[in-house]
Amino acid sequence: MTALQDDPTLPNRAPAAAASADSGVETPFRRFVSDYRESSVAVVGTLVVALIALIALLGPLIAPTDPYDLATVSIMDSRLAPGEAMMDGRPAWLGTDGLGRDMLSAMIYGLRISLGVGIGSGAIAMLIGCSLGLAAAYYGGRVDTLIMRVVDIQLSFPAILVALILLAVLGKGIDKIIVALVAVQWAYYARTIRGSALVERRKEYVEAAASLSLGDRRVLFRHLLPNCLAPIIVVGTVQTAHAISLEATLSFLGLGLPQTEPSLGLLISNGFEYIMSGSYWISTFPGIALLVTIVSINLVGDRLRDVLNPRLQR
Amino acid sequence: MASDTTPTLEVRNLRTHFFTKAGVVKAVDDVSFAVQPGKVMGLVGESGSGKTVTGFSILGLVDAPGRVVAGEILYKGENIASATEDRMRRLRGREIAMIFQDPMMTLNPVLRVDTQMVEAIQAHHSVSHQEAWQRSRDALGRVGIPSPEERLRAYPHQFSGGMRQRVAIAIAMLNRPDLIVADEPTTALDVTIQGQILYEVQKLCEETGTALIWITHDLSVVAGLADEICVMYAGRVVEHGTVDEVLDRPAHPYTRGLIGSVPSRNRRGQPLTQIPGMTPSLLNLEPGCPFKTRCPDADAACDVEPAITHPAVGRDVRCHHPATADAKLQVTA
Amino acid sequence: MSVFIIRRLMQAMLVVLVMSFLVFAGVYVVGDPTQILVADDADQAERARVIAELGLDQPFHVQYLQFLGGALSGNLGESFRFNEPALQLILERLPATLELAFVALAIAVFFGIPLGTWAGLRPESPVAKTIMTGSILGFSLPTFWVGIMMILLFAVILGWLPSTGRSDEITYVLGFPTTLFSLDGWAHILMPAVNLALFKLSLVIRLSRAGAREVVHQDYIKFARAKGLSESRVILVHVMKNILIPVVTVLGLEFGGLVAFSVVTETVFAWPGIGKLLIESISFLDRPVIVAYLMIIVLIFVFLNLIVDIAYSILDPRVRLQDMKS
Repeated sequence: MTALQDDPTLPNRAPAAAASADSGVETPFRRFVSDYRESSVAVVGTLVVALIALIALLGPLIAPTDPYDLATVSIMDSRLAPGEAMMDGRPAWLGTDGLGRDMLSAMIYGLRISLGVGIGSGAIAMLIGCSLGLAAAYYGGRVDTLIMRVVDIQLSFPAILVALILLAVLGKGIDKIIVALVAVQWAYYARTIRGSALVERRKEYVEAAASLSLGDRRVLFRHLLPNCLAPIIVVGTVQTAHAISLEATLSFLGLGLPQTEPSLGLLISNGFEYIMSGSYWISTFPGIALLVTIVSINLVGDRLRDVLNPRLQR
Repeated sequence: MASDTTPTLEVRNLRTHFFTKAGVVKAVDDVSFAVQPGKVMGLVGESGSGKTVTGFSILGLVDAPGRVVAGEILYKGENIASATEDRMRRLRGREIAMIFQDPMMTLNPVLRVDTQMVEAIQAHHSVSHQEAWQRSRDALGRVGIPSPEERLRAYPHQFSGGMRQRVAIAIAMLNRPDLIVADEPTTALDVTIQGQILYEVQKLCEETGTALIWITHDLSVVAGLADEICVMYAGRVVEHGTVDEVLDRPAHPYTRGLIGSVPSRNRRGQPLTQIPGMTPSLLNLEPGCPFKTRCPDADAACDVEPAITHPAVGRDVRCHHPATADAKLQVTA
Repeated sequence: MSVFIIRRLMQAMLVVLVMSFLVFAGVYVVGDPTQILVADDADQAERARVIAELGLDQPFHVQYLQFLGGALSGNLGESFRFNEPALQLILERLPATLELAFVALAIAVFFGIPLGTWAGLRPESPVAKTIMTGSILGFSLPTFWVGIMMILLFAVILGWLPSTGRSDEITYVLGFPTTLFSLDGWAHILMPAVNLALFKLSLVIRLSRAGAREVVHQDYIKFARAKGLSESRVILVHVMKNILIPVVTVLGLEFGGLVAFSVVTETVFAWPGIGKLLIESISFLDRPVIVAYLMIIVLIFVFLNLIVDIAYSILDPRVRLQDMKS
């Protein structure tokens, strides 16, 4: 540090300057993209996320079979090893589960549910958390105290515990698990956006907007919110990965989704009973799919954090 | 420079470069000087002139991506630029000590002062903890810290900035080193404390015969303290001589500019001069004299890097147009 | 120091009180326990009798005060399923969970701090990059799936370790039953402990790395080197003590998280602790046990917060001073 104090000769600033020189007009977005692309791991992560999203979207179109069509699923096919042929002659590339469903197809359908639950609950939590966080930051005083006290109390308990208790009270079902996941996540958004909104609020442009007597809503959503986007995006990515993982965990514990709507977590859970007898594929493959999904989302989130964090910016 | 005794430290053509992503930063680029035992060498320059890096190079504490790429650092005749890390560790703190710029940052906040002093002794001498503790207490007393016994048991945050710098000085003096590198140790302190610390360091060095390298951007500090001065600019020594020679008859236009920008009692009412422009970036420095863009005397000759000339015995100047004695302080007129 | 501790104790008691209210309100008021408690074919009189017996006909605040009075005398109600005091059920299983969480924490600390510090000191080295990639994996891996894979590999395929359960070779240390003094005990606890530790290990690695990266560039580290200290002393004393402060804080708080998250690990490895009990109680809607579990968890959390505050003030002298001033 001392060495650099004596030497502010821009070893740190130079790369940014060099980058701007060759990319013509420097827009914040372009700069973001070029910074982001510096990490090849993150680029791979992004591509994988895109691929997974595509598979989930196209789901029924690309799955070899419909694992829930009772007419085509035969119990005779149960626990076929990967690559073995099913009754109708088609190979089950990743094997079949205890009920004779093709694992690959079940995973594609499971991925749709896992992603849907994760992203859906994340979006709702973001909406609720951001609204409350913005309100806390903007109005201050009692509103702030009340909201943030609830946030503090909730965040002092592990997410899984809060979700478990809620599900114990609410029961099973896709709507119930979304409620539980939203309840677990909203506080993170509220805390994050309140923090950055408080910083933004003190800046002149917000005071200027307020002095023009623009309405509360306008100042909040047109001025404060856009400037708090970066941290929300980062938290959103990480929380989505977390929600997907938590849903899988809850389903494994038997408190998440019902058997009629098996997510990746429930597929793993179903395979657990066959582990001892050596039918490894039923738990293993959905787990790998889950892992790849979560890791790649986390890689994206990690990179976003590095690039968007103003403290680390050069 | 003619001297019978081996200097405590002699730096010859030192180059310390930082290899950053953006290119090579030549923080120190051909620096030579020598310090005799018991003498004070003032290393003067603006921020970014490479004086701190010179200090760290002497102690072998240049952090990556920087490293000493050329030159010799002779400590009592031994080239420590190529010494092993183990040899350097033995020298550091015992024979060559350093005092840092910011006293608020030099002491570890989570360790008590006695811990930080005792370890400095025990790193070099196998003495009992008790003996080391007593020596630490005496050292604190010598730098003028009241009730040292009690203060030893305190944490750094319980000291003021001036007191912390005294502790740092006491630590530097603990093992009676033969050379101390003091990197702007008084810059962060207020003026009255500056004076006290300068006086104490000077006294300690006289008593122990320790050679001192005093790094500063403040000519008025070295004027009263140093025996010799090296003026650094853009990683090079541009002028060297005894303190009187350099201050009374500055030969390099940069030195003249520096002197002109110091407020002085003799020139009351006259406007202070300032050196136009900024310190050049050491990254991809243009060839030629690095001062040419700011120099009043620059001409075509300055596109070639000037070599060192010796206008008098013991004087070094790196300039194509060094001022003669008559031209003294023209720049301030 | 004692003023500091007493003030923290008072705060802790207040938190426990508030949480007892929330737990009670959350679990007792939402939903209707009579649906499970009273047989479907019971008549109106029978139903009313059970409701009165359980005190469910009382207004909310009376019910809460009764619950609170019971809780103070150690009575958190009787389990519907076992017809045993809920608190007793929890306390019987608590040592197994604490043992598991403790070993997991030890694994996270003993591997996490050195690995993270290493990664922070040499951030560009391949080893550091491998460590950091590993920690991203540790964050991303779903714990239960890793547990299943561990059973598959070490118990089913290799046959090195028992797949599930806890050893019954129990030794009592200061009244605390533990299996850590037998080889069989370690064979059983190894997989679940590693499984539970995985997430915290990643966390410790990240914290230590961030700490090391920040601390190592501080002037006082350079000054320590300038004193001629050996590299090991610089790292082990000067760097480490500064890293330990945030790590200890987070870990203290995370121990509660370990106890809570052991719900998953205990279910995978059939570890007979309170987490497994909770899952069973939830499926049986055994509310007194759920409440007792939550109250114990709250107590553990509050107690840990207290310990962390005190440990922090010992590690970082600046904190103590601030507290005295305020």
